[in-house]
Amino acid sequence: MDFIRPTSLAEALRAKAEVPEAVPIAGGTDVMVELNFDRRRPPALLDLNAVGEIAKWSEVDGRIRLGAAVPYVRVIDELGDRLPGLAMAARTVGSPQIRNRGTVGGNLAAASPAGDSHPPLLASDAVVEVASVRGTRTIPITEFYLGVKRSALEPDELITAVLLPPADGPQQFSKVGTRNAMVIAVCSFAVALHPASGTVGTGLGSAAPTPRRAPEAEDYIAGELSALWQSPAPLADSVLRRFGELVGAAAQPIDDVRGSAAYRRHALAVLARRTLGWAWHDYCEGRVTACA
Amino acid sequence: MTQMTRTSNPPLTTPITGGVGESPLRPDGALKVRGEFAYSSDLWADNMLWGVTLRTPHPYARIRSIDVGPALALPGVYAALTHEDVPGQNAYGLEHIDQPVLAVDVVRYQGEAVAIVAADHPETARRAAAAIVVDYEVLEPVDNAETAIFGEGVPKLHEGGNLVRYVPILFGDQDATAEVVVSGTYEVGMQDQAFLGPESGMAVPAEDGGVDLYVATQWLHVDQQQIAPALNLPQDKVRITLAGVGGAFGAREDLSMQVHACMLALHTNKPVKMVYTREESFFGHVHRHPAVMHYEHGADRDGKLVYVRAKMFLDGGAYASSTGAVVANAATLGVGPYNVPNVKIEGWGAYTNNPPCGAMRGFGAVQACFAYESQMDKLAEAIGVDPVEIRLRNALSEGSVMPTGQLVDSAAPVRELMERVRDKPMPPARTSEVDIRTMPGGASNTTHGEGVVRGVGYGVGIKNICFSEGFDDYSTARVRLEVIGGEPVAMVHTAAVEVGQGLVTLQAQIARTELGVQRVTIQPADTSVGSAGSTSASRQSYVTGGAVQSACAAVRAEVFDLARERFGVSDLALEGGKVVSASRGVLADLSDVLGDRAVEHTREYRHRPSFPIDPLTGQGNAHVQYGFAAHRAVVDVDVDLGLVRVVELACAQDVGKAMNPDAVIGQIQGGSAQGLGLAVMEEIQLSGAKIRNPSFTDYLIPTILDMPPMTIDVLELADPNAPYGLRGVGEPPTISSTPAIVAAIRDATKLALKRIPVRPEHITGT
Repeated sequence: MDFIRPTSLAEALRAKAEVPEAVPIAGGTDVMVELNFDRRRPPALLDLNAVGEIAKWSEVDGRIRLGAAVPYVRVIDELGDRLPGLAMAARTVGSPQIRNRGTVGGNLAAASPAGDSHPPLLASDAVVEVASVRGTRTIPITEFYLGVKRSALEPDELITAVLLPPADGPQQFSKVGTRNAMVIAVCSFAVALHPASGTVGTGLGSAAPTPRRAPEAEDYIAGELSALWQSPAPLADSVLRRFGELVGAAAQPIDDVRGSAAYRRHALAVLARRTLGWAWHDYCEGRVTACA
Repeated sequence: MTQMTRTSNPPLTTPITGGVGESPLRPDGALKVRGEFAYSSDLWADNMLWGVTLRTPHPYARIRSIDVGPALALPGVYAALTHEDVPGQNAYGLEHIDQPVLAVDVVRYQGEAVAIVAADHPETARRAAAAIVVDYEVLEPVDNAETAIFGEGVPKLHEGGNLVRYVPILFGDQDATAEVVVSGTYEVGMQDQAFLGPESGMAVPAEDGGVDLYVATQWLHVDQQQIAPALNLPQDKVRITLAGVGGAFGAREDLSMQVHACMLALHTNKPVKMVYTREESFFGHVHRHPAVMHYEHGADRDGKLVYVRAKMFLDGGAYASSTGAVVANAATLGVGPYNVPNVKIEGWGAYTNNPPCGAMRGFGAVQACFAYESQMDKLAEAIGVDPVEIRLRNALSEGSVMPTGQLVDSAAPVRELMERVRDKPMPPARTSEVDIRTMPGGASNTTHGEGVVRGVGYGVGIKNICFSEGFDDYSTARVRLEVIGGEPVAMVHTAAVEVGQGLVTLQAQIARTELGVQRVTIQPADTSVGSAGSTSASRQSYVTGGAVQSACAAVRAEVFDLARERFGVSDLALEGGKVVSASRGVLADLSDVLGDRAVEHTREYRHRPSFPIDPLTGQGNAHVQYGFAAHRAVVDVDVDLGLVRVVELACAQDVGKAMNPDAVIGQIQGGSAQGLGLAVMEEIQLSGAKIRNPSFTDYLIPTILDMPPMTIDVLELADPNAPYGLRGVGEPPTISSTPAIVAAIRDATKLALKRIPVRPEHITGT
């Protein structure tokens, strides 16, 4: 197995074009597990840790451009105010050691339905920026996930960044695991309130072959909230519950070693109800959620 | 110029002091914390080869043929061996010699070893093993213990059938009736020991045709007894030295890679190292027996027990391992620490095609305790008293008689332990200030208080300490006292295995106390000294502690002889490196009395004998000593999501004598955590006798956010039969924490919860 360590993005893209089977590695959260368990023997590893261009974030045209190789710990420490939903999700990834190395770019590249970044990216209408020697293109997040561990990335492409608007309203993320830290999601849910557009974004994790949104739930709650954005008032429990039911109905979960399909659907409804309640409460209080 | 100094850690050369009853530094502590301790997986030799095991993917299959040719064809491969290459007896086992070193014509569990390979690189060895062609005829596995024994048309997995052992306990009136009757069926899932250091070791071929094996194990001499016949070598040509052990909890009682590494080393005439991967480790050692237990308790209107009847089925998996002793423990301890005049308990241990099960901390007592404590809570509810009260009314005490007819002849403070955990202040109620790390779901932000209900539960358990049923359970210690560098130094040599519990520290404490010296060297544990018995059954402080104490006493007696000759007094003691007379004070430095002599003695220590139980009635003085612990658990349950946060565990345990108080606390915390794991998360999930979660991604063990603060009361009620009055510590806290936590979840949810681990689905009903 070859080990390629480019020191610039241009060099990395050339390498990826030459050896499309080369597996990019940043933190190695997923890649190293596959190698260690002998599930994958790529001809080459493409180490992105020396590619400075993708290891930083910036604000561009009112959007956050989060480099693919920025580790979770920096998302938590530096972007908790602007990307609270993503920061909350980042905080639930693995252990501190993994959060020091793991990246949102890696989460996207793995495209596992259980990846913690996906629900908040979906809820915030993120855009994935990918590049190859052929050029750069952007992929709306809803078009990025194609199947279990399959994405719209072409073999010669690398994920360079994810672009997403800073929070314009409260955001929440919640995930269920069978212990109180260091768990892979049994299911997860993100919600983002967008007062400016009068919409609500959602994202479901470990609930279907790909991460997905719950459009019916989004439409329903946007309708319920339309009269309330200007004069906020508490939501009726029945509204929260209906929202939860619609989120549960949007899931297409499976029975596996981590939980049953029925439990996942049930738990998603609970998470959706609670997170919307917290986010709306924050909105009513005039707060934009900050990730503690 | 500044000099670099390290102030945060004491240097490794800091002299360790402290005798019995103190808590000196562990000699291995700093190394382990710094990541510098050499574990068995760190062994290295020049020119060594790497050994790898080929395991069957099928739980039950006939082997039509094995072709190792493709493996041998790979460059770098030195050997590929099958059952045909086993030099001696192709079988081993702790109680029954029923497990092949390498499978012959049948495999009985997923992961059974079929062939072994040695190569100059671990990756080459792995590829070579994968290249071996095995032609299997796959058979339908037997995956249920009760069906294995009583089902019709079930294949016999071993010649004698599928029953490993049947243990009946018949006591009192078998036809007793009672006014209040409660019954239930309880299930325990398969728990794993989840040690962090995978099975590993290195075998080095010796010039005399023998082999030197460095390995992480629990009992050097029982390994030697099983390895030698397989290699067709006399025992003295299989020399074993303990390598650094990264946890054991029972999982290293059985052989894993020992014979395989020795075979490869002898075949290639090179050192061979084997290290299991984490996934392989789940197939490489025995687990805790899953159990199904049917219980009926009868009591009078006041809740005094009249009878207990139970049938318990323990799944031993494909090979016997220690199933027989585990069933005997479950049955003999099956009513718990209670006075019960009339008992009928039947325990069965079965062969199935599930993964083999054997020793794990608690050893049969864990399974029974979940059932009988669940029953006690049910009885309390039926009578209308609180859970502590029902236990107090039936509490065993010194002078009680067990269902085996054995008199409890030393402290059995069940009542006091219960009262102590009951009387602890309750942890404060949750406040409106939310720290999600303290909530069910923890860091995952699942609740800010919604759906969270608090519950409180109790559990108390009983465990036999030391090996039972007439086993000749002894340990050997060699102690040498001589002057080195002008100072008296004691050297202690045993084959007793340090698995992380602190035995190395304790042996030195005993030598300091008995010989009045500061400097003690603990020799590496190996087979050049007599057997120490197993590091299990909470027995090493007792038995090896006893052996070190008596070897020290023999050394001391000889020193006294020397002193008597010289000083003409006999009221002698050794203190602070001096020979002291009660009447005349300090007589001389110990080093003066010793001169250039080395005083050395070897002693075997045996605890008082235990006896077999009657195979028809289960009567007999089976056990040596009983240990007791009680827990109170306080939990918060998110009843909507089925998630649990244990808020606090209170524990009270009698240890007879706290030989090393810090180590005692460590054992109680660790044991309680392992019980917490069984209560709410730890299970090897099986489907068609195959393991679904052989990884720490999906076999979850508690993290620091799952394990709550503990309040611990340690009682020291001396057992007159034991060295220093001590009572084994390691297992009791594992036994009672599980039922206490489940009782607390029941209290919060009002659900019956008959199976552990309790999963979120059990609470939400989805």
